[in-house]
Amino acid sequence: MNTSLKHVLEAALLAVGRPLSLDEMCNLFPESDQPDVAALRGALEELQGDYTARGIELIEVASGFRIQVRQDMERWVSRLWEEKPPKYSRALLETLALIAYRQPITRGEIEDIRGVTVSTSIMKTLQEREWIRVVAHRDVPGRPAMYGTTREFLDYFNLKSLEGLPSLAELRDIDSINAELDFGLPEGGQRQAQAVRGDLTAIDMPLVPDDTDFHPVEAGLEDLPVPDTLH
Amino acid sequence: MMSDSDNPTDFPADVPMDAREQPHQVEMPFAIVQGTAMTSLPQDLYIPPDALEVILESFEGPLDLLLYLIKRQNLDILDIPIAAITHQYMKYIDLMENLRLELAAEYLVMAAMLAEIKSRMLLPRPAGAEGEEDDPRAELVRRLQEYERYKQAAEDLDGLPQLGRDVFPTSAQVPERQQTKQHADVDLQELLLAFRDVMKRAEMFTHHHIQMEPLSVRERMSNVLSMMSEDRFVEFHTLFTVEEGRMGVVVTLLAILELIKGALIDLIQAEPFGQIYVKAAGGHADLPEDFETTVDSAQA
Repeated sequence: MNTSLKHVLEAALLAVGRPLSLDEMCNLFPESDQPDVAALRGALEELQGDYTARGIELIEVASGFRIQVRQDMERWVSRLWEEKPPKYSRALLETLALIAYRQPITRGEIEDIRGVTVSTSIMKTLQEREWIRVVAHRDVPGRPAMYGTTREFLDYFNLKSLEGLPSLAELRDIDSINAELDFGLPEGGQRQAQAVRGDLTAIDMPLVPDDTDFHPVEAGLEDLPVPDTLH
Repeated sequence: MMSDSDNPTDFPADVPMDAREQPHQVEMPFAIVQGTAMTSLPQDLYIPPDALEVILESFEGPLDLLLYLIKRQNLDILDIPIAAITHQYMKYIDLMENLRLELAAEYLVMAAMLAEIKSRMLLPRPAGAEGEEDDPRAELVRRLQEYERYKQAAEDLDGLPQLGRDVFPTSAQVPERQQTKQHADVDLQELLLAFRDVMKRAEMFTHHHIQMEPLSVRERMSNVLSMMSEDRFVEFHTLFTVEEGRMGVVVTLLAILELIKGALIDLIQAEPFGQIYVKAAGGHADLPEDFETTVDSAQA
């Protein structure tokens, strides 16, 4: 019995062309004869196992299960299409990352962290792709919209849930540096940058910068560090 | 092009002798020009403005630029030499303006902020105020670190396998679909309700057929004759049946006129607007009591 359930699911997953949820899989069958979740998961696992030696794989994403071409096949398969896949700008990716990690977040908050105005066209693109949506409004004057990511966003990046996102880099720990310099600072100077404030008071900062800072500028460009790579 | 070999002859022939050194330097060169490692910019280096224009436009904002300046010189973000950084930053701003690059206002705001931080650090710390004064650089450092996190996060996000770029959707040809007609089960009650509706509508279409019942004048003539006798007069109006409606009255009148024409009945009237009496012709009928005898029976 398991074999034919497996085949039905495989056929459906290939026919539909998008992720299929467990509910939708149940509804492939008449109401009187629907498999339970355990049976479905069992069949799906078996199918997954069948694919290990193949060029395709079965994975679970936010919207359900999907059969897709393996990543290691990319270098051949991508040659089927002339147009290259879209390359997203850093601005778009930074905006998207902020929304993904800090949702719900307003445009103003995004601007505070990035230090630049949020581009309207970027927000529009993200909404058109259905990667972000307005989830609420902040209860302050102006009632700015708060944004969050969608299931389609997770599907696109091959994720089951937000927990699959790569973890954020830790803020540089100032404690270790303090200990090294033996400032005898209070414990609990966490990775939060609030620790920076106040902790540096004990440091002997030069009150007057040394002469080198006031050297007249020779010519324009020579003193500037030149980037050797483009971003 | 660091080689681990001690032997100068192991180098390719085109590498000049002075470059065939034992690698021992700790500072990484940022450029290798014709085999020679460079660790500092030559004084007479010329950078075409176009190149710089492209480079400068690639910054995502003032924070990005500052991060670049810090990282490029391997500065410690937690201990930024504000004066030097401000100086370099301002040079970049000037350059951008000279190249007429559209400078977002944020760059100028940052320039002002850097200048402010620098001045605060220049001011002598009041005696005995230890522990109260925050590091003026603190907020800037916090913002730089925060931005750096998400800049990295954006890169990491882009590194995830993307649908259509790294992994691809699959599909299979589906056989010709058989249109399964969904037959709705019909309830008997529904059927009766539908029938009732039809009947109601049918009723609205029923109309009173006013049928022209063919009233024979001849038949009416016989009727009228049968109602009278030779012996007595009958009042005119009794010959009519109003229930029959107008048609009936008309037919009776026609019948009477025909009978009169045929001299089969007699009509008499005592005076104008008086009662009219009808009698079958022939015979002598006694005139009714109230009949005036001055007028003969009307001949048709």
